[in-house]
Amino acid sequence: MNKYYSWLILAALIIVVAILPKPLVISPTASVIVTILLGIALVWVLVLTIRGHLIGRRVVFLFIGASLTLPFFMNFEMPIKVSPEVKILYDALAKLPPGSKVLAAFDYDPPSAPELQPQADAFMAYAFKHDLKVIIMGLWPQGPQQANMSIDKVLQYPEIRAKNPKYGVDYVNLGFQSGNEFVIQRMGSSFRGMFPRDIYNTDYDKIPLLNGVENFSNIDFVFNLSSGYPGTVEWVQIAVDRYGVKVGAGNTAVQAPSVYPYLSSRKLTGLAGGMSGAWQFEQATQQPGKASTYVLPQTFSHTVVIAFIIIGNAALMVSYRRSKRGEA
Amino acid sequence: MKREIPLIITFVAGVAFVLQYFIPHYPFNRFENIFSDWFAIVGAFAIWLGALSLMKLCLLNISKKSHDWPISLLIIISFLSIVIAGAIDGFHGLNSVPATSFRDPGTNFDWFYQNVYTPLSSTMFAILAFFVASASYRAFRARNTAATLLLVSAFFVMIGRVPLGDYLSGWLPERMQFSQWANWLMAFPNTAGQRAVMIGIALGTVSTSLRIILGIERSHLEG
Amino acid sequence: MDGAVISTWLAALLTLGIMSFVYKDNLYYKICEAIFIGISAGYWFITYFWDSLYRIAWIGVVHEGRYVLLGGVVLGAMMLMRLFGKIGWIARWPLAFIVGATAGLKMMVYFTTNAMAQIHGTVDDTMVAFGGGDLYDLIGRLVILIGTVTGLIYFYFSKEHKGLFGGVAKVGTWFLMITFGASFGYTVMSRMSLLLGRIEFLLTDWLKLVK
Repeated sequence: MNKYYSWLILAALIIVVAILPKPLVISPTASVIVTILLGIALVWVLVLTIRGHLIGRRVVFLFIGASLTLPFFMNFEMPIKVSPEVKILYDALAKLPPGSKVLAAFDYDPPSAPELQPQADAFMAYAFKHDLKVIIMGLWPQGPQQANMSIDKVLQYPEIRAKNPKYGVDYVNLGFQSGNEFVIQRMGSSFRGMFPRDIYNTDYDKIPLLNGVENFSNIDFVFNLSSGYPGTVEWVQIAVDRYGVKVGAGNTAVQAPSVYPYLSSRKLTGLAGGMSGAWQFEQATQQPGKASTYVLPQTFSHTVVIAFIIIGNAALMVSYRRSKRGEA
Repeated sequence: MKREIPLIITFVAGVAFVLQYFIPHYPFNRFENIFSDWFAIVGAFAIWLGALSLMKLCLLNISKKSHDWPISLLIIISFLSIVIAGAIDGFHGLNSVPATSFRDPGTNFDWFYQNVYTPLSSTMFAILAFFVASASYRAFRARNTAATLLLVSAFFVMIGRVPLGDYLSGWLPERMQFSQWANWLMAFPNTAGQRAVMIGIALGTVSTSLRIILGIERSHLEG
Repeated sequence: MDGAVISTWLAALLTLGIMSFVYKDNLYYKICEAIFIGISAGYWFITYFWDSLYRIAWIGVVHEGRYVLLGGVVLGAMMLMRLFGKIGWIARWPLAFIVGATAGLKMMVYFTTNAMAQIHGTVDDTMVAFGGGDLYDLIGRLVILIGTVTGLIYFYFSKEHKGLFGGVAKVGTWFLMITFGASFGYTVMSRMSLLLGRIEFLLTDWLKLVK
């Protein structure tokens, strides 16, 4: 019988989605009501848990799904504050004069794109608007493809389209190279050694932007988007510590806490960590993009997780008290 | 032959990279460049080994008609489809004017990347969100001081990194608002803990590397 | 129905296929998982061919005459011997090269950046703290000093964690717990963001419910 319920719920969901107006926007009043209903449901979970009935994991999943889905239709303004580490990153970029050569290392894959692609978009848009010359590469094979997506997107912005940045002159994509940190190590003596041709098979020496770019000493700044190994840690260890280039980074939230010691020891010039780093970076560079639209769902989901932790611990406290009373 | 030569290779490669760190001049920088180029090539072959081992395993499953052989067949078909698409697009790119890349938007390879690889890989990681939430409800209990510190720290980071934190603590002075708590926590106590872990790992890495280079640690040569 | 619509539907169905695992393990998920494994392996196989083997090895040897690269090709070919049972041991040579080179490089960079530079950073921070600045910074920098030292003492297992030493190590565990808590908070943020990306795709590109 349970099996049929599942199919019925699925069918009902399909019908509801089919008849909903597109795009769907909930009024502010309805948004408040939905939020209150979600809150009441959490209180109901609290009561059940305190009574000793742990709710099933699928109900928890449902709450998470709802907290991430419903805010897309809501309209709440959320102010964004820029954290010190993102400010350092932005300041470092702002100090670069037009024509500066920035190496953009795209070391991530599609699973990390929700966090890092908005940072990539904001960075590329900022670079093109401020006439920075961007040299793209990747230590992850997917990186250069993610970079292409970002470039395609920002080239549609009217302000950037008016500037008409040219491939090979204003930006170049060197592609991916295997070898992890050994690629960075080799680039310390010769970029050409690791990237004899760009992704279009054009000889390194025939690309105008790369004229005079021999190694890191010809690079003004490295912007690294990283979601693991190889990534920011390796860039700091080799490019910063050995070759003295400045590196700023955008990291996934999972990786970000582990690179804070590099910030403190001034090895890393700024950090945008996770989704909050992404919307702060968008705010700092004044390029509101996808991350800014994620503020509300992200907030809702954090709230639900915090609520679940509190509920679980409230139940624990109640059970302690009960057991103490029982002992007395 | 089976053990001695690999030990010598390990020693030479390791010493070359240590020496070039202290003496980045000829001939050591030359060795470093050559070895780095080799590393890139061998790394690529290592990936090929992984992919080809998978294919071998799947073919074995199919030939033995194991109970999940259709799944193995599907893996092979998926593998071949993107490899063929990438190969055709790559060769086409080499001969076309102006030159194109197999990664360019609109290529068959890019179609697979955008519509098959991206949704599958992204969702595979995305569903972990559900299990993290479930664990938060069922497993995270403040049973002692250490666990309580963990939960309190997580609370301040989670609430402080979204605007709701400052919305709730907006009545407090700027320095006392949740976002500032999160900033402070990340910049100081988190840095302290991470730094202790980092230094510990670094010392461990140095000693393990030395053992490997000197041939005391040989587990990588077994099997 | 144009190609873009079919592509979006395919991406959506594959997304839902993987998501169906949240309900329970099922055939739909297994099929999507198999496609994922095959496509991933194929993706890596072909990108490493074009970006590394073609661009470095082929162009280097054939077009530029850098025959020294043949050493890498030979080692790489030896790596593939692993596929053939009896001569599989030959793969130990390239493996030894990879392990040796990594050990050599890692030893130096970890020592300088992750050990020495971090010790230097801790001392530097403490000096800055006593050299001026506000109370907020002073407390923070002292926290870094105490947290780093006590954390390292916790990792020292050659002496039993008893008495004063044990007490200091306990403070170290508290700092480590705060660190793990921060990491957990960030992990939650990360996981939610990833799911957000997929939900946004379903709502925007597929269902058109969001603009």
